[in-house]
Amino acid sequence: MTFPLITTSRWEIEDAHTIDRYVETEGYKALTKALTLTPEEVHDEVKKASLLGRGGAGFPAGVKWGFLPENVWPRYLVVNGDESEPGTYKDRILLERDPHQLIEGCLITCYALGLSQCFLYVRGEMAHGQERVASALNEAYEAGYVGKNILGTEFSVDIVLHWGAGAYIVGEETALIESLEGNRGMPRLKPPFFPASIGLYGKPTIVNNVETLSNVPWIVLHGGEEFSKIGSEQSTGTRIFAVSGHVNNPGVFEVEFGTTTFRDLIMGENYGQGILNGNKIKAFIPGGASAPWFFEEHLDVPLEKSTVDQAGSMLGSGAIVVMDETTDIVRACHNVVRFFSRESCGKCAPCREGTSWLEKILQRIIDGNGRDDDLDLLLDVCDNISPGITWPPKQTTICPLGPSAVSPISSAIKKYKHEFEAYISQSSQGTPVGIQGGIL
Amino acid sequence: MSEILGSEDLINFTLNGEEVSATNGENLIEACEKAGVEIPRFCYHKRMNSVGMCRMCIVEIDTGRGPALQPSCMLSVSEGMSVNTESETTKKAQDGVLEFLLLNHPLDCPVCDKGGECPLQDQTIAFGPGETRFIEEKRHFEKPIPINENVFLDRERCILCDRCTRFADEVVGDPLIHFIDRGNATQVNTFPEDPFASYFSGNVVQICPVGALTAKPYRFKARPWDLEEIESTFPNPLGDRITIQSSRDQVLRFQGLDNDSVNWGWLTDKDRFSFQAFQSEYRVQEPLVRGGGLNKPDKNGRRLVASSWSNVLNMTTEAINRTEPNRIAIIGGSRLTNESQYAWTKLAKGIIGTDNVDGSLGDELPTRALLGLPTTTIDDVCTPGNTVILITPDLKEEYGTLYIRLRHAAIENSVKLIELSPIETGLSRTAAISLRPRPGEIAKVVESILTGEGPVEIGGIPKEQILQAHELIKGNELKIVYGKQSIAESDQPLIEALALLKKTSNSKFLPLVRRGNAMGAVHMGMAPGLLPGQIPLSEGLKTFLNLWPNLPNEKGMGTEEILQSAANGMIDVLFLLGADPLSDFYDPELVEKALNTVNTVISVDLFVNASAYHADIFFPASAFIEVNGSHTNIEGRVTPIRQKVTSPGTARPDWMIAAEIANRLGYDLNIERPEDAWDELGQTSTTQTKVDMDLICDSPDGQILESTGAITLEEIKEVSDTRPFDSYSLRLVLAKRMYDLGTITQMSPALKEFARTSQLFINPTDFKSMGLKSGEPVLVTAGEKNLTVLVVPNNKVPRSIAFGYLNQMGEDLRTLLVKGADSIDIRIDPTVKVG
Repeated sequence: MTFPLITTSRWEIEDAHTIDRYVETEGYKALTKALTLTPEEVHDEVKKASLLGRGGAGFPAGVKWGFLPENVWPRYLVVNGDESEPGTYKDRILLERDPHQLIEGCLITCYALGLSQCFLYVRGEMAHGQERVASALNEAYEAGYVGKNILGTEFSVDIVLHWGAGAYIVGEETALIESLEGNRGMPRLKPPFFPASIGLYGKPTIVNNVETLSNVPWIVLHGGEEFSKIGSEQSTGTRIFAVSGHVNNPGVFEVEFGTTTFRDLIMGENYGQGILNGNKIKAFIPGGASAPWFFEEHLDVPLEKSTVDQAGSMLGSGAIVVMDETTDIVRACHNVVRFFSRESCGKCAPCREGTSWLEKILQRIIDGNGRDDDLDLLLDVCDNISPGITWPPKQTTICPLGPSAVSPISSAIKKYKHEFEAYISQSSQGTPVGIQGGIL
Repeated sequence: MSEILGSEDLINFTLNGEEVSATNGENLIEACEKAGVEIPRFCYHKRMNSVGMCRMCIVEIDTGRGPALQPSCMLSVSEGMSVNTESETTKKAQDGVLEFLLLNHPLDCPVCDKGGECPLQDQTIAFGPGETRFIEEKRHFEKPIPINENVFLDRERCILCDRCTRFADEVVGDPLIHFIDRGNATQVNTFPEDPFASYFSGNVVQICPVGALTAKPYRFKARPWDLEEIESTFPNPLGDRITIQSSRDQVLRFQGLDNDSVNWGWLTDKDRFSFQAFQSEYRVQEPLVRGGGLNKPDKNGRRLVASSWSNVLNMTTEAINRTEPNRIAIIGGSRLTNESQYAWTKLAKGIIGTDNVDGSLGDELPTRALLGLPTTTIDDVCTPGNTVILITPDLKEEYGTLYIRLRHAAIENSVKLIELSPIETGLSRTAAISLRPRPGEIAKVVESILTGEGPVEIGGIPKEQILQAHELIKGNELKIVYGKQSIAESDQPLIEALALLKKTSNSKFLPLVRRGNAMGAVHMGMAPGLLPGQIPLSEGLKTFLNLWPNLPNEKGMGTEEILQSAANGMIDVLFLLGADPLSDFYDPELVEKALNTVNTVISVDLFVNASAYHADIFFPASAFIEVNGSHTNIEGRVTPIRQKVTSPGTARPDWMIAAEIANRLGYDLNIERPEDAWDELGQTSTTQTKVDMDLICDSPDGQILESTGAITLEEIKEVSDTRPFDSYSLRLVLAKRMYDLGTITQMSPALKEFARTSQLFINPTDFKSMGLKSGEPVLVTAGEKNLTVLVVPNNKVPRSIAFGYLNQMGEDLRTLLVKGADSIDIRIDPTVKVG
């Protein structure tokens, strides 16, 4: 390993979630240092670091922060801890193992942007993480790191912990804001494209991912330049990937961004340790369930944002799900589509109706009632949700959830069309029994 | 809506290859429609915020970054924008969306009430694919479930456009229906045990783009292609514009008519479903006179029995002929059309020669407070950025669509509402500030708000809050919406408050009246000392001399005096013109006595109401759906009332009854059709705008009767002193609720169950400190009067106030009123155990 661990350095320490251990391991040093700088200087460090957002879209954090309009108050920081994409579990471990690192990141960000109120939105199902953050916040308040006149300075911040109610769509930042306001979690219409102009309670709001903010203390402590030396030119620093599926050693790994390849991560001794039972790899999801699938030929693509984008997928939420040769592609596809169909918020017709239609067609094919024109139908329904089935997707919907359901189908059919055809060729081609005489 | 746009506000954009112009910033879907291109839509509704949910209006738009599919309801049109509603991409996307919407929509159009007027059906035919590719089972829900007493929801038909839910939350502030569950299982529903109890629930049926929401009074009654319709006006104080729809001479539905100036297409349920009443089996179809028969007998044991028109007309003219004009009086007329009001005023004042005519039942503001102030319109009040003072009863209870307009103005157009109301109202939470003046002390409160001066507490309001209100109005031109807040207080304090406000620079006023066409009544001279066209009786001789045979010599009496005189035997012939003073006048005992004393009581009405039971002669009148004419709303806006169906039996329009009586008295009323009234009025007055019936039928905004300035509200030197308030008492507020025992509500099966039991509401702190227990009736005293009534704690009532709704079931709260008092203080004694 030729790079320093930035966000996961304390994961091996049993009690790193306590404030005592955190402080012993250089914790809150970055905050102390930041408070000696001007907010602009802190902001500049993050800009220099070219820290890309770690939530999914990979938007540079420093640039996002710069979207805040001047002289509009109050303004808020919202931490997106609603990590709920299948296969993604990096933020969960960050919350459980090192909550103070996140809190310190929030405090520094608030200082840099002149914010005095932060909302920490944690996914409802992450009970353990939520408890760890809650007690960490209590400790931090008591120790004077959060609250009024932090470390004796004029700087004051309140951090509010909010527990989500279990909806995937709330990971979309505007839906998260709606949920935080007490409304049904449904994405807001764009424009405005960024909550930085109109966000929580109609005020300028910065929404950052847990991992993004967890990088901030290191950047301040060691400098943005130092950070940007790690990784590739386009994708700086390190990144946490969650590897799951048919690998020998599933887990969460911090790797150097941009230089490591998928092969390293899946096959490497320090990481995935190869495919289960020595099988061959059939496909893998490179960046969470909404990303188009990659196949064996993509194994040597480096974990670098722009390269992966060019290859037709995305690093997204940092979840790599590996499927070996025993995988039934049609069923795998159905599994992912079913997830999106159930998690559609119900707002836009194409996503609400389209994803469940896709699910039903796939289910029918699996049940042995496929029809010859079903593949055309699948692709045409996909096209109506995401015109042209392009990457990055065009969408007829407000948010990208609908087009996300298109990704697995289009990639699966592209490479493994014969598996769908096999199902269909064995089917009765007739009307499913349950539907005969039903209301059409 | 009607402001004149400068050329700098116009921009050009390309629509399907052609250059068109539009207002800068206008919603794109609207701009395209104005340019003649209708983009299909379901969720978009021009009176609500866009949500972009259905995605049907998605079109290819190029703003310089290449064409992209975007929902046209969500975008503002801008210079140089290129819109293509006909491209392959657009068509494919729209086809796709329509197919998606139809996937789970049951094709039960043949049995669906919406079939034939269904946007989903229409647009499927116009834009959609012919066949479905969906062979799976559709989504199923329990077939229509009631979401309140009148509205049914069929969730299978619902396409989740968010119109009804948006309406409930955004437009009327009753967020009682909401999306539940997610994805394809999303449904609209109420919360458990909590029905969609909104006064405006019928509107969601009208705006539903499919047949998911249906209203009980119309369900399975007709198919849209069998309906005939006509545009008319609902004769409520706001003059809400409606479409009357009928089939086979039966009205089946009132729909709100979208217009910019008044109700924006919305209606209250009370008005929407009231069409049932006009077709009730209890409508009187033949003239009635006292005689034998089976009805409730009068004091002499005689009952109302059917008679003939010639008989009742003869009896009426005989009664008039044998009576001195000053012993003849008319109460009521505020529910008539303008033309009928003119006819009856002419009959009374121009032929019989009595000035004892009053359209009010003692509960309207005096004429000078209605016509004597610089007026304004609803649109003007709601202009963005305005400062509006509200001295009104709860608009949500009494003036539903005005509530909607002001709520919209406050929330969407940053209109500052300064509310002065004795209790919390539907608008309190949207107001910039809402103060609770004690009844009878409004003038003092207004004075201190205007000056920013006063003692530590003014009329029950802390100085601090007065100053906040003062800051809000300082330097602004004010719009004042005012009306009678309670019948348990005199008009004097409000009149003084208005006089003070009139002195502020360029303030404009919007009065509220309590009965439908009370504004028309004053314009048509149905008040003592007044002639049509805002002409005082004293000046009437010169204008009316050639047209009206007789004119009263002196100013006559108002309703209160008429009833007093009648009770004293000074009135021999009393007309009740669509009036039920026994239910509406503040002193029912006096009315009872008056009706029993008068020789000949003549009722002209639709129903035999409580007062009409005392009538000797009953004329069956036509309802507004059965006549032509016009209506004047609180702005002075005249809009058409048009006949859709024929009257039941031999019932006749009110003006025709007046003309017949005049005829038998030996005079020609010169009114053979409603328009004749305006023609004659045009001859009498030079200042009164002549209303052209054809014009008001063509213009959606009608025509406004401006104030002539002949009648003015007096100025005041200083505000009268207020009566001291003793802290052991509660000051009484009595106001109307949307649903009561009023005849029309009770004759409409959809509405009659909504009246409640009479109760007095007091603040929970007062309730507790008095040691009261819930659910127990207690003795309430006001001076020498007393009443045993249920007292209930309610957070909307401030301390030291007792609030009650009039005309509900059980105890009559009017019992507590003391004649001539400027305000009423009551005491509750929980130590006196009752029953």
